[in-house]
Amino acid sequence: MGHIEPVSGQDTLSRRQFIITGVSAAGGFALGFAFPGLASARPLSAAPWSNDAVASNEINAWIVIDPDETITIRIPHAEMGQGAGTSNPMLVAEELECDWAKIKGEFASPNRNVRENNVYKDQNTVGSRGVATSWQYLQQAGASARARLVQAAANRWNVAASECVAENGAVLHKASNRRFTYGQIAADASKIKLDKEPEIKSPDQFKLIGKPLPRLDTPVKVNGEAKFGIDTKVPDMVYAAIMSCPVVGGTLASVDESGLAGKRGIIKVVKLKDAVAVVADNTWRAMEGVNALKINWNYGPGANTDSAQMKQFYRDGLSEPMVEARKDGDAAGVLSKAGRIVEAVYEVPHLAHAPMEPLNATAHLQGDRLDVWMGTQSALSTLQQGAEASGLKQEQVYIHNAYIGGGFGRRSKNDEMVQAIAISKEVGKPVKLTWTREQDIRGDRYRPQAAVKFRATLGPDGMPLAVETKLAVGSINRSLGRPVDNGLEGQAVDGIANSAYKIPNFYVGGVMKNTHLLVNFWRSVGGSQNCFFYESFIDELAHAAGKDAYEFRRAMVDRVDFVGVLEKLHDKSNWKQKLPKGQGRGIAVAENHGAVVGTVAEVTVRNGDQIRVDRLVVAVDCYHVVNPKIIEAQMESGAMFGLSAVLYGEMSVKAGQVQELNFDTYRVVRQAEAPKIEVYLVPSGGKKWGGIGECGTATIAPAIANAIFAASGKRVRELPLKNVKLSQLASI
Amino acid sequence: MVTLKVNGKTHALDIEGEMPLLWALRDEIGLTGTKFGCGIAQCGACTVHVDGVAMRSCSVPVASVAGKNITTIEGLASADGKLHPVQAAWVAEDVPQCGYCQSGQIMAAAALLKEKPNPTDADINGITNICRCGTYIRIRRAIHRAAATKA
Repeated sequence: MGHIEPVSGQDTLSRRQFIITGVSAAGGFALGFAFPGLASARPLSAAPWSNDAVASNEINAWIVIDPDETITIRIPHAEMGQGAGTSNPMLVAEELECDWAKIKGEFASPNRNVRENNVYKDQNTVGSRGVATSWQYLQQAGASARARLVQAAANRWNVAASECVAENGAVLHKASNRRFTYGQIAADASKIKLDKEPEIKSPDQFKLIGKPLPRLDTPVKVNGEAKFGIDTKVPDMVYAAIMSCPVVGGTLASVDESGLAGKRGIIKVVKLKDAVAVVADNTWRAMEGVNALKINWNYGPGANTDSAQMKQFYRDGLSEPMVEARKDGDAAGVLSKAGRIVEAVYEVPHLAHAPMEPLNATAHLQGDRLDVWMGTQSALSTLQQGAEASGLKQEQVYIHNAYIGGGFGRRSKNDEMVQAIAISKEVGKPVKLTWTREQDIRGDRYRPQAAVKFRATLGPDGMPLAVETKLAVGSINRSLGRPVDNGLEGQAVDGIANSAYKIPNFYVGGVMKNTHLLVNFWRSVGGSQNCFFYESFIDELAHAAGKDAYEFRRAMVDRVDFVGVLEKLHDKSNWKQKLPKGQGRGIAVAENHGAVVGTVAEVTVRNGDQIRVDRLVVAVDCYHVVNPKIIEAQMESGAMFGLSAVLYGEMSVKAGQVQELNFDTYRVVRQAEAPKIEVYLVPSGGKKWGGIGECGTATIAPAIANAIFAASGKRVRELPLKNVKLSQLASI
Repeated sequence: MVTLKVNGKTHALDIEGEMPLLWALRDEIGLTGTKFGCGIAQCGACTVHVDGVAMRSCSVPVASVAGKNITTIEGLASADGKLHPVQAAWVAEDVPQCGYCQSGQIMAAAALLKEKPNPTDADINGITNICRCGTYIRIRRAIHRAAATKA
């Protein structure tokens, strides 16, 4: 294990950011005391709404210790299944030297974060950052609290703090055999000012971090208690449903409301620029109300597009001038003189996120205050977006973040909230807007469509001498209204431009091209398409060289993380062991969101066309492991998410309208298609901490495509597989 | 007026007979553990028991289940709070991630075990509830665990 440098410079948090209070301001209430006798079984409360108020005796922030020894840890990140609700408290508790059984988690208030100068730092749970960019300040929060508790006890005993130790929720003065529990001295500790912040532990000192502790949110997720945004109920609330223009970019022309006559519970029809909402006294009545409207749209130019045209649009991009992302040596020069050139074009379509909980938001806009109850990945940027939409100041906006029924990147931009605010403004009441599944997919911001063209040549040793990569892909930045610096955004080439393979002449260029559809971050982001592209093409090169796909990759890397992942995959998949005819094994490895991950897939191909994924072996090096159980679950999850995309995922477009609007047509993997998955963690330590929420998706598609090649000799160069007839592909 | 018997409690509701059971449970009775996922009986997030049989409440009009015994996730544990063996197995296997589909998954599994106390893997494959977090292998393990506990 490597040494972790003490926090310094900008990362040092001022001591006012860490406190212990003697009294739980809201912690107690929020932590499920509404269920007497069962409270102890609920380390995370059913209703996760954060406490926005500051108690008079509270200096600020992260840790609250009650006289009954309950320790409330405020969690800055959102819980959407990825486990921050457990891993964040583990990082704090590691330093606090407390009894884990006494820990309660509470979600930190975005409003306080704004009012108190970013005290909870990065509350945007995107980019696999829940631990990767938070571990230092979470550890520091715990260490700081522990040092104050020790100092408070030392002061009471009139001894030096250095004579005291913190252990299991108490401070001990062993010389005099005296002891204070944290609950007994928390009030004192809250007033302590330290001369300097303590150093945080290095990984070799961890006792709690690294243990497979059960998730804190499981108890409320097996009995229906956990409150998601969609479960919000506040006094005087009304219910809304909405339909946006089926062609993105189009606008509302007119609405014939006559179909609502005689319908029960309808309160109001609200017209927005590109959507129309019905407000009613029940969600179903609102949805039925929308169905009863006759809506005329101005579809706009997007209506002139379809799937074939969009596919050509990205193919055309491959011959447009490229923006350079990486240039080692002179790939073009080598290729111009090369004998044998291996080349291939790969393509992938737009993909919806389709989280199980359709997007929804409950907004209550009043003169000087906006309250929003919803599940958002990005509480802080959601708050900023809410301020913009309402015209209020940021400190007047209260985002009450709920459990999130799946994010996958979709819940980082809150179109549903902006609509709910507009509707609340119209009706003057709190409004819960629930998107139907159809609206959820129609109104999605999709994984970008993309195409790539590779050209490569091998050297005399059979290893790649030159590889040229030209990409055409949708710009997420453009869709979000952000600039595309220098004409190419990093995520567009992620997974290729940062490849660890040693290839002497390596060129990566890209061109950003957007259709009328909006695009966004989708679990593993650039890796979701680029790892499929590049790791499939690397397989093509291995085959062209007549080399083993594992050995070929192994020879091109020397980084300890890549080597560790590859070797683990090799061993655990029984790589060298032959499979029966009709079965094949494929391998892929990549760096994604700060971790190195690899997959070996085993597939069976029957009757020339029927493909079944039998087994996935996944290895990941995220450098440091906070909770191995959660990481394993995330790898399983990422694999299934990737598998759905491989088998079925596509948005097909007719007259500008996405066709797959519900799970009958936008198919995803179900139990019967779920392969066996084995997950291996190979943390190599060091200074860097990797993310685990997204990387598990990145290598699934190429591992499967490579396994299909091993089984059938057919190279899959476009997804999803439902559109691919292996029997019609040329054998290579 | 529609009378619904939910988790042993009778609710007389002044609602349309065609209102899906899901929305009567969620918006009228206030039992939000049963989730909305698709509205077309595809995903199973809304799974409840009607006279012991798993049904997708988003596509069941309340008029068709009036007077029948409806059980939701909130009513699965015994009255003293003891978890149903399926819930206990879910805890033991740490199944949930985002958790949104899990009420429906648990209700579907409980109904399967009632019908087949020792389900095979093929039986478990018959559960078509969707989980976008992909907790399927843990769900499978948990169902086998629950079966073993019960037996």
